[in-house]
Amino acid sequence: MATQEFTVQDLKRILREGAGAAEAVDLDGDILDRDFEELGYESLALLETGGRIEREFGIELDDEIFADHRTPRTLVEAVNAQLKAAV
Amino acid sequence: MARRAVITGIGVLAPGGIGTKAFWNLLSEGRTATRGITRFDPSPFRCKVAAEADFDPELHGLTPQEIRRMDRATQFAVVAVREAVADSGLETGALDPHRVGVGIGSALGATTSLEREYRVLSDAGRRELPDHAYALRHLHDYLTPSTIAAEVAWAAGAEGPAAVVSTGCTAGLDAVGHAVDLIREDAADVMITGATDTPISPITMAGFDAIRATTPRHDDAAHASRPFDASRNGFVLGEGAAVFVVEELQAALRRGAHIYAELAGYASRCSAFHMTGLRPDGRELARAVTEALDEARIPPGAVDYVNAHGSGTQQNDRHETAALKAALGHHAYRTPVSSIKSMVGHSLGGSGSVELAASALAMRHHVVPPTANLHTPDPECDLDYVPLTAREHRTDAVLTVGSGFGGFQSAIVLARPDRSLR
Amino acid sequence: MSVRTVITGMGVATPHGLDITDFWAATRVGKSAIGPVTRFDVSGYPARLGGEIRGFTAAEHLPGRLVPQTDRVTQLALVAADRAFKDARLDPHDVPADDMGVVTAVTAGGAAFVQDEMRKLFSRGSRHVSAYQSFAWFNAVNSGQISIRHGLRGPTGVLVSEQAGGLDALAQARRRLRKGSALMAAGGFDAPIHPLGWAAELAGGRLSTSGDPERAYLPFDAAARGHVPGEGGALLIVEREDAARARGARAPYAEIAGHAATLDPRPGSGRPPGLRRAIELALADAAADARDVDVVFADSAATARLDREEADALTAVFGPYGVPVTAPKTMIGRLQAGGSAVDVATAVLSIREGLIPPSIHVRPSPDHRLDLVTGQARTASVHTALVLARGAGGFNSALVVRALD
Repeated sequence: MATQEFTVQDLKRILREGAGAAEAVDLDGDILDRDFEELGYESLALLETGGRIEREFGIELDDEIFADHRTPRTLVEAVNAQLKAAV
Repeated sequence: MARRAVITGIGVLAPGGIGTKAFWNLLSEGRTATRGITRFDPSPFRCKVAAEADFDPELHGLTPQEIRRMDRATQFAVVAVREAVADSGLETGALDPHRVGVGIGSALGATTSLEREYRVLSDAGRRELPDHAYALRHLHDYLTPSTIAAEVAWAAGAEGPAAVVSTGCTAGLDAVGHAVDLIREDAADVMITGATDTPISPITMAGFDAIRATTPRHDDAAHASRPFDASRNGFVLGEGAAVFVVEELQAALRRGAHIYAELAGYASRCSAFHMTGLRPDGRELARAVTEALDEARIPPGAVDYVNAHGSGTQQNDRHETAALKAALGHHAYRTPVSSIKSMVGHSLGGSGSVELAASALAMRHHVVPPTANLHTPDPECDLDYVPLTAREHRTDAVLTVGSGFGGFQSAIVLARPDRSLR
Repeated sequence: MSVRTVITGMGVATPHGLDITDFWAATRVGKSAIGPVTRFDVSGYPARLGGEIRGFTAAEHLPGRLVPQTDRVTQLALVAADRAFKDARLDPHDVPADDMGVVTAVTAGGAAFVQDEMRKLFSRGSRHVSAYQSFAWFNAVNSGQISIRHGLRGPTGVLVSEQAGGLDALAQARRRLRKGSALMAAGGFDAPIHPLGWAAELAGGRLSTSGDPERAYLPFDAAARGHVPGEGGALLIVEREDAARARGARAPYAEIAGHAATLDPRPGSGRPPGLRRAIELALADAAADARDVDVVFADSAATARLDREEADALTAVFGPYGVPVTAPKTMIGRLQAGGSAVDVATAVLSIREGLIPPSIHVRPSPDHRLDLVTGQARTASVHTALVLARGAGGFNSALVVRALD
């Protein structure tokens, strides 16, 4: 079975669905290296986002994943690393 | 002369034993009532422990009709009402029902029954539209907690002002504060007040799982609730009710009632910060404490014991420690502070009243209950939390605090009514 | 004499709209907002009518980040709060944050939110439950979210006494002002039009099963057969009169002059219900006489027993046909905790315009001996209004609203 990939587009979609978007932030802009907090997502929004990623991709994320990965780029990398490991 | 409100009767139904006596025995012996969940299969959940009460409604005098009609939280409240009224020695039949009011706190009301009924009506979630033909007549009562106040009033023969106070985790303090207001403003002479919650159900567990608020520690359930300890990693859900008979002081004195304590000061604040997050400086909790002490006319240095919210989450215990330091100054280091949630868990809205009962009993026995499971203090939590064993300690004035979702912060001050007023 | 509690701002979210001007324009002419429920498929239920707030899209009014974490009831409360603060013309820094608080009433919190989460839990498992579940549901959510959005760091409260809650919350706010706060936001909201709420109201047996919007909710009518539920509520900004003056507030609408609450005796006890007592105590609290009351906004339960009890209480206090009585709820349905708060807003507007809005579609039963204002609005000098609310379980609440001279 091919490894499922978690993309930035997936992340943006899940953020929008689960946590909405702050008016001052353009998620379609250059957000890859911006801090989640700067994008308007605090701990609760990230917990919701993490839960949605887990359900959709059938993985279990570490409790500390958002503490360790504070930007979309590193989060996407971390989730993909976990997806590969899960195969 | 200003009207003052005093506690003359207490009823408690908490994990580890039914009734005030069993409750105090557990606390004063520093035993814990947390365990692996038995009320449903906890295996799919992140948190698998809770502090459950072993409660048989029939044994505690509820009729089959009452058992069928009332949710578990209501049953708890009604049993606690009967104990509190008996303890107060009040002849409720001799009272003017119009002058007896009710203020009962609850965060989640009849959750257990609501969830059970909705599971049936929705065919375990398969039906979007519940089949009302199978609905119990009481389904509406399970959707709203207001019924609890009505049942409590009926149990006590009260026809004065009545409401449920539903401020979430501070409801057990806010309900009693509300009762004090009504006594002081002469809307009632007697208030039946307190709180009840029985939230140990799958939907509540799942909600707290989702935000990692409850502890995932399940290999050692009896020691899972660890307020102020460096190893704490979330609270342990509990269930319980505590009910008080609160009377106007002069009336209580006239009838020669035993007075546990005066409800001398109360304040509530909201922090306008975050629905689940707390301001690190504990400012609003500190302000609630200061305001409650001012109302009680008790200086911070006269507080003999602080019954803490002490939920055992990383965030709460630091927030609370900061708030106590801000409000009590250096005295915060000198006065014992303990969390009974280490023993009986966190019964959400119920906890404020259960903890207020512990506070009143501490005054009665001059013993402060311990914080169980506290072996390695968090360096940022550096007060005297009375680790592991209860302590004999002269206790004439107690501060009880609570903190909850929505940013709510509340404080009640209990004191001996014959103290000299500042 | 203690300082007066004055109303300086109002926000509503009702089936007559989110704008208080629209709300009053529809109310004063007796327009009905009752219609077939559209929020879910009611065709399989015996009750199919409701007072819905049509066309409400939360994202048009609230920040995108707030929408996914809130139940409809909280969205309505937040929208009304925004408008109430705007109406009060409160500039930030006018009043210190510590001196402003909030008290709300609700009946079933974010019930639609928990309904959806329970379905996910049952059908897909606990990991499918939302991170917002733990607070989007509980009854304190509206007070918490309003406090956060408007930076209120003073006292707070949440009361549940079903329909009576909206009045009890205003009374609680008045207590806080008397204790020293400068400003409180207070009111009530409910959003019961969802499948679980529908099943629960049907189970309780109080819903009208008539399919005719003109015949479904007829309080004090011989044909009374239960009520039609509606959604929404109102939030009022109340201030200590001296504090309002000190900040240079707009001329207040009116004062909250008196309140009392009672509970009915245990069913079957044979003792009399408590509504009359609540009315008398509220009038005494307002230092008012029955003759001072210019209009009564009735609870209007629309069941034979409850209508009889309310009519008896009114005739006992005011005499037969002794005071104009109205039930604007007939236009929008019963909004639970929101309904009584909306009635207070209506009473205020009634005082301001000197106009009593009508009860629509009702042909009052002569047995009740009430001067029910029906058909069209009645012009009248309204100085003092009495608002009544009764909550399932036996809660009675009475609130006196009075013009400021």
